[in-house]
Amino acid sequence: MQRVEVYSYEISMNDTEHYNDHVVRLFLLAATVWGIVGMLVGMFVAAQLAWPGLNLGIPWLTFSRLRPDHTFGVIFAFGGSALIGTCYYVVQRTGHVRLAWGKLATFTFWGWQLACVLAMATMPLGITQSKEYAEPEWFIDILIALVWIGFGAVFFATLARRRIRHIYVANWYYGAFIIAVGLLHVVNNLSLPVSLTKSYPIYSGVADAMVQWWYGHNAVAFFLTAGFLGMMYYFVPRQAQQPLWSYRFSIVNFWALISIYMWAGSHHLMYTALPDWVQSVGMAFSLVLLMPSWGSAANGLLTFNGSWHRLRSDPAAKFMVLALVFYAASTTEGSMMAIKTVNALSHYTDWTIAHVHSGSLGWVAMITIGSLYAMAPRALGRPAMHSNRGMELHFWLHTSGTLLYVIAMWIAGVTEGLMWRATEPDGSLTYAFIDSLLAIKPLYVVRWLGGVLIWLGMWVMAWNLWYTAADARRKIIRPVPVPIPQPVSQQTPAPLPAAG
Amino acid sequence: MAYRHFEFIEKHAWTLGILTAVMVSLGGLAEILPTFVEANRVKSTAGGKPYDPLRLAGRDIYVREGCYLCHSQMIRALRFETQRYGAFSTAGESVYDRPFQWGSKRTGPDLARVGGKYSDAWQRVHLMDPRTVVPESNMPAYPWLATTRVDGTDIAARMRTLRMLGDPYTDADIAGAAGAVDGSTELDALVAYLQGLGVARESEPARTAAAASPTIAGTSP
Ligand code: HEC
Ligand code: HEM
Ligand code: HEM
Repeated sequence: MQRVEVYSYEISMNDTEHYNDHVVRLFLLAATVWGIVGMLVGMFVAAQLAWPGLNLGIPWLTFSRLRPDHTFGVIFAFGGSALIGTCYYVVQRTGHVRLAWGKLATFTFWGWQLACVLAMATMPLGITQSKEYAEPEWFIDILIALVWIGFGAVFFATLARRRIRHIYVANWYYGAFIIAVGLLHVVNNLSLPVSLTKSYPIYSGVADAMVQWWYGHNAVAFFLTAGFLGMMYYFVPRQAQQPLWSYRFSIVNFWALISIYMWAGSHHLMYTALPDWVQSVGMAFSLVLLMPSWGSAANGLLTFNGSWHRLRSDPAAKFMVLALVFYAASTTEGSMMAIKTVNALSHYTDWTIAHVHSGSLGWVAMITIGSLYAMAPRALGRPAMHSNRGMELHFWLHTSGTLLYVIAMWIAGVTEGLMWRATEPDGSLTYAFIDSLLAIKPLYVVRWLGGVLIWLGMWVMAWNLWYTAADARRKIIRPVPVPIPQPVSQQTPAPLPAAG
Repeated sequence: MAYRHFEFIEKHAWTLGILTAVMVSLGGLAEILPTFVEANRVKSTAGGKPYDPLRLAGRDIYVREGCYLCHSQMIRALRFETQRYGAFSTAGESVYDRPFQWGSKRTGPDLARVGGKYSDAWQRVHLMDPRTVVPESNMPAYPWLATTRVDGTDIAARMRTLRMLGDPYTDADIAGAAGAVDGSTELDALVAYLQGLGVARESEPARTAAAASPTIAGTSP
């Protein structure tokens, strides 16, 4: 099914083009720092659900003010930095070309960091739009939009000057991620400012709910899924040292994924005041969505066929394989939860939180960590990561923490769902609301413990990267030259991530 | 197979980009545009009246403090749910909600019809420190609300902005805003907002039944 071609390079002596890895290194650093910050906040809000006095009476340390800092910190600051950084790395390597518009690329770095710092600093002060995953106020939204346009310009301009005629599939996902997130961000954040710190959305009530969950669901689809699939499609074949299992299959999945996802947002609003037909359409598309989701997961996993022995010695590959397993699991779970009768039980409960974190800690964080371990030595001018045992330790900390977290929240969610609906033979409700909170409180402690393990793992990664970056810090690494391939007219499509 | 068409796309960045943009727009357009049309037909259950100044201030505090992260305001059309919280929520009840506060997680109970369930005094004590009335609660304490006053000119500015977005505030409403919130603390405002939740609908049964647009709610209550 796949065609394997190997380029013959003709690197001329006076070749001067080098990959721009400087900006990649900056994003790598930012992703590590934000990962630690975002998960620290996650740990802290988790602790407050178990021990509510922990805010010490300080407004900006209170659960409800800080929770958006957790979600924004891990999704946009940690995930976003990792996505933009790997995107810049991958588009250069697969196109055999230096990043276009280097200054603009550097601007996207500083602009994104500024947006993240502003958002993280204002939300705990209560400056929020209260739309989940789009909480920052209007002036930050404008900055985000500008940076995003810059990011898109750098990416597509680099694609336009590529030396490989064929556009490798990872770039498709990155491209869809850029286009869709830009669209979602603008439409959902349209609002009229009252002052610098307060605005009202132009939508209200049901329309606002529909727009918000069209955004919220597709932030999952294009930020937390399509972007990270781009990462997966490049780094998994690299790490397995084999071509993708089926290139054609990856393309079929691409079109299916990007067109179906956008229809499924209404599964966040089942049994609400949203028109019934929209709920049903959302449910139907969510079920169909299972196919491209499993397609990508299978394609990634089968790429390891024949090189499973690598897992024994390569923790980065282990992270990737487990990420794909979690991806398959959480999308299956998601499709189940989109069935109305299941959603009647799961909605509003910690089951949703379990699903979110099996997707985000299992899939998003693991594929990111695996890819960063694969990319870092190359971007930092080293043959390998500083410590293999460090990566191994991180793997076990992260895996056990994730399992503790997810299993605890599954049990909690199902407990809540069942207690809320339990009725006595005479038809009256069995439990008061507070009974369900009491029943799950110990599980909140278990979830917090899981978070601690995961967070410690992030420190192990930071330590490992710090030593891997020793040469880069001393500025004694040499930029990597771009291999110049055959003229475009003679190229046959080669669905292999390029060397380098 | 038409695979060679795909190969064309695989080599042309612009075609790829444009096709992607088209494909990602379809689903949103198909669901959002009709929802807008239907939402425009929905009438408010509060007899066409937007939030009064004090409750508007309270609502914005509710948003600012992030109460929606633990409390939903959307009673689903399910038996065990209506039994616990009251009649299910309809589209007409959130017509003036910018942004909507339906929520997605119930660490605490639904609040869509909490208005009138407790006395003002209970609400105050509970917000100052929930554990004095419900020892097992994990809701945060919000004592700072009692020490901050509501800013009347700010509320007037907010009402003007909302009017630009189509909410029916009159000049008199806006002129009277500062006076209406004069001397109130944020705690007063938040309690006023909570005590108004879900109340309008029950106190105006006749008008409501006609207005709670059955096309949106699926069935009328
Ligand atoms: C950490 C989650 C959390 C946050 C944040 C939170 N609450 Fe609560 N809330 C609860 C829990 C749990 C209960 C049930 C126990 C109790 O009465 O304290 C509750 C109960 C209530 C009740 C009583 C409802 C009833 O029917 O008995 C009201 C009213 C209320 N909260 C209002 C608020 C307001 C207003 C805010 C924002 C300023 C807020 N809550 C923030 C968790 C939370
Ligand atoms: C140390 C690891 C983490 C801990 C301890 C943690 C903890 C938490 C807690 C306590 C909540 C609030 C749950 C509630 O309201 O009941 C939450 C929500 C959330 N977290 Fe995490 N988290 C962690 C890592 C992550 C990561 C890595 C991501 C994403 C990449 C993530 C994404 C989210 C999202 C999207 C929500 C909102 C869920 C919803 O509203 O339904 N978390 N997390
Ligand atoms: C086929 C794929 C998927 C489907 C059909 C799906 C479906 C669902 C459903 C039905 C809900 C519950 C909505 C509710 O009751 O409130 C949900 C919530 C959520 N899912 Fe998924 N899911 C999928 C994949 C993923 C993945 C891979 C992630 C990655 C992190 C993810 C992240 C989330 C988040 C963050 C929420 C919580 C939203 C909120 O309420 O704040 N989902 N999903």
